Amino acid sequence: MDFFKENLPYIMAGISVGGQYALIAIGYTMVYGILRLINFAHGEIFMASGFMMVYLSAVLPWYIAIPTVIVSTVLLGFIVERVAYKPLRTAPRMSIMISAIGISYLIQNVAWYVTSGLAKQYPVIPWISNTVTIGNSTTKMVTLATPFLTLFLVSVLVVLIKYTKIGMAMRAVSRDFETSQLMGIKINSVISATFIIGSFLAAVGSVLYFSNYTTVTPISGAMPGLKAFVAAVFGGIGSIPGAVLGAFIIGISENIIKGLGWTAFSDAFTFALLIIILVAKPTGLFGEKSTDKV
Amino acid sequence: MLKVNDLKVNYGGIEAVKGVSFEVPEKSIVTLIGANGAGKSTILRSISGLVKPRSGKIVFLGEEILGLGTEAIIPKGITLVPEGRKIFQDLSVYENLKIGAYLRKDDLTDDINMVYDLFPRLKERSWQMGGTLSGGEQQMLAVGRALMSRPKLLMMDEPSLGLAPLIVRDIFAIIREINKQGVTILLIEQNANMALHVADIGYVMETGRITLSGNGKELMANDAVKAAYLGT
Repeated sequence: MDFFKENLPYIMAGISVGGQYALIAIGYTMVYGILRLINFAHGEIFMASGFMMVYLSAVLPWYIAIPTVIVSTVLLGFIVERVAYKPLRTAPRMSIMISAIGISYLIQNVAWYVTSGLAKQYPVIPWISNTVTIGNSTTKMVTLATPFLTLFLVSVLVVLIKYTKIGMAMRAVSRDFETSQLMGIKINSVISATFIIGSFLAAVGSVLYFSNYTTVTPISGAMPGLKAFVAAVFGGIGSIPGAVLGAFIIGISENIIKGLGWTAFSDAFTFALLIIILVAKPTGLFGEKSTDKV
Repeated sequence: MLKVNDLKVNYGGIEAVKGVSFEVPEKSIVTLIGANGAGKSTILRSISGLVKPRSGKIVFLGEEILGLGTEAIIPKGITLVPEGRKIFQDLSVYENLKIGAYLRKDDLTDDINMVYDLFPRLKERSWQMGGTLSGGEQQMLAVGRALMSRPKLLMMDEPSLGLAPLIVRDIFAIIREINKQGVTILLIEQNANMALHVADIGYVMETGRITLSGNGKELMANDAVKAAYLGT
């Protein structure tokens, strides 16, 4: 109990950052579920979303800027899929992966070019940037709001996938492209929908994450993107509940390690965890038994 | 209803179909029989747009459909029960039926009940995952799923494959029943005996060509067919 009390700020920060990782991780895991592709550009889309907010909030009030940022991020995710992945639908998986790496560097380099590599101050958003005091620790509102917003969005997503027509189509397409086509399902629309959902959640994640960390740089997407990816693998890539659980575990563990005074090792811990899970249980916590498509 | 003219298809680097022509009249059952690798599946895959033929014509209800994608062909009223059934393993039986009617926007209750009447076993297993069904039940589900789109032309690729003889008989009885309700059927089979029994017209395929054709009874009486496919 003392441990809990002393580390309360770290645990809260951990839950919060875990929720932010979860929102990014869903994008990785859903795209993998359907295309069997690690969308390396996802972290960059998250970063680009951060910059969009920086620039848009300079000219627009925050309550217009946020929805505009979300829509633009969704559009970016959609365009990336159409330009970099769709033309390679029947190409070997390695080609699509190389294309993913390419588009990821492209976005990063555009960001370098536009910002000259300088860190930009993320705008202060009313309410979520306010500070609150809980017990004897001070934190931002965003820390408290993130886990609830994350769980809410994840629940909506789970209902969407389980009970709607497009959700049913997503489940079908993730299993069998050809038979799905024979049902009259437009594969490309379903894939686009997946990227739209993933980018939407990444955009929400970016608002929460950068409100907490306050600066955006062209490489801001790399670390959270990688952590979210580890979370998705840890939970069993392809599984949404797995990705969410993995993200919370990683977020909380990292911050407890920081609380114990080993800040330098918190990233190392995450990657050590990745190695351990890949050795011990390659399919992750909730991974599919069969790894390849029939 | 369906006219295939001089169809040539390359598949996996070889010419799998070498100029095939046949016709499927409205409300009939037509079967293509032949050994494994004769090019039968490739023809069905070409008609449904899953593979792109090299040349030829495929005319459905007076309209050229060769070169169209699957997305454009399926809405015209063609459906394929694929080889190996390919039901969605982790969708429930009910969802598998619903997804068969993916393009329809009207009420599905009547059609689902119709399928359940045809296959009472599926009704009992409505909430089970597709992957937990036996082979015969999966075949029933694959046929039921195809019917859900209210097809004008129902194509079936080896519906008897891997099923026990009794179940094969049931499946063929259902095929006849579906045909009586007005659905045109194009059937591919290695089980020539069963296929020719139900078919109005049969075509025999060998290595990418049609070598014989006639009505079902004629072909069953043909000595070459008997020797090669009926084992008598």
